[in-house]
Amino acid sequence: MLTAVIALSALALVSSLLLAMVARAFAVPSNPKVEEIEGALPGANCGGCGLPGCGELARRIADGKADIDSCPVGGERVAQMIALIMGKSYAGGLVRKVAFILCGGDDQVAAKRFYYNGVRDCTSAAILFGGDKACQYGCMGLGTCEGVCPFDAMHMLPTGLPEVEPVKCTACGKCVAACPKHIIKLVPVDKRLHILCSSHDRGAKVRKICAVGCIGCTKCVKEGPEGAIAMQNNLAVVNYDFDIPDTVAAVCPMNTIRAISLDGSGDNAGVKAAAGGGV
Amino acid sequence: MKTLILIIVSAVFVNNFVLSRFLGICPFLGVSKRIKTAGGMSAAVIFVMTMASAATWLFYSHVLVRFHLEYLQTVTFILVIAALVQVVETVLLKMSPTLYRALGIYLPLITTNCAVLGVAVLNIQKQYNLIQTTVFGFGAAVGFGFAMMIFSGIRERMELCDTPVPLKGTAIGLVTAGLLSLAFMGFTGLVKQ
Repeated sequence: MLTAVIALSALALVSSLLLAMVARAFAVPSNPKVEEIEGALPGANCGGCGLPGCGELARRIADGKADIDSCPVGGERVAQMIALIMGKSYAGGLVRKVAFILCGGDDQVAAKRFYYNGVRDCTSAAILFGGDKACQYGCMGLGTCEGVCPFDAMHMLPTGLPEVEPVKCTACGKCVAACPKHIIKLVPVDKRLHILCSSHDRGAKVRKICAVGCIGCTKCVKEGPEGAIAMQNNLAVVNYDFDIPDTVAAVCPMNTIRAISLDGSGDNAGVKAAAGGGV
Repeated sequence: MKTLILIIVSAVFVNNFVLSRFLGICPFLGVSKRIKTAGGMSAAVIFVMTMASAATWLFYSHVLVRFHLEYLQTVTFILVIAALVQVVETVLLKMSPTLYRALGIYLPLITTNCAVLGVAVLNIQKQYNLIQTTVFGFGAAVGFGFAMMIFSGIRERMELCDTPVPLKGTAIGLVTAGLLSLAFMGFTGLVKQ
């Protein structure tokens, strides 16, 4: 009995000494700001910022790799607290973001490769040869995003694409994470110009399978302000930091670029008609 | 060499830690919802179990046997494994932050897991030498990872299916684990041991 007690105490002592020595020898200088920022963040680890958790976002912000207003849940209040910690000024006026589907290829304009008759769920469909759409980047229209939306802001249209109600959307990012094609993005609500395509296929292929896909002609890049639209691997991508005039939409030969008012300050009727309801 | 291969095959298939010995059930059910997390967990288990096997064997044969304290085996093994994982975690954080981020959250979770302690105790029971011990620890952990990947793959797909409401979640998970275990019984007799 006594031997056992002594032996265990000795072992515990030795291992704790070892741990203490190792902890000292391999100490990693940590940025104290990380902890402060993590304290300021909501701590729900919801993943709304697109990162695994609040800790990861705090690390990115402290390293200057993420913006101080990256947390969509905390909003302006948290952004101001983080600005204080980081010694930056925060001008306020955080523009609300809403989810937006970067695909215009509904059932009328985009081809399908086969008839999918499985579980009515995008994740499930994506496992099977990447879905039934001929375009491997396009929306499969099975409504997984509609199902995960906790705010009833997302609805499937009969044409096979989901539609976001900007008024109800809180940019929680659930649909962004749920979409197996990664074509839902959070966009600033005050920006009007969007490119409704996520396809990185070459122009010739896009032309064959989708009537409204980006063919990578770069016309919009030249028409828009410098740096506002960039080509990324055969796809024109809008940089939402810029204000792009609506007229740029007119140069797109495929009608992929559309001027859409998300905050209800303009007329969308014409746009919807042109897109076949695919917005 | 032949014995070592036999040890691995037996640990992975015939005496699979999760599905035949029923060790390590809590991570098996707890982190098997996504293939990605299951992969991270499996990697951490392989890492820890291989290391823990070797460390506890050395500890047993050089400390416990010498001082005639074999009866303290279970308690001391827990201590040794816990301290070892802590040390490795600290070292990893400094030496390889990438590996730390990949394994980091899983390491403390499995420190005192029954699969890890189980492999250490089994090594002693089976009277393996150091090499056999390490290989057995590695093989057992690979078996765990193997079961984990199958199970998480099934669970990912099952989530999309129309499960009856009372069975949703863990309930159907347990049923599946049982069926999977039955399937693994088919390997019995592959290796005589």
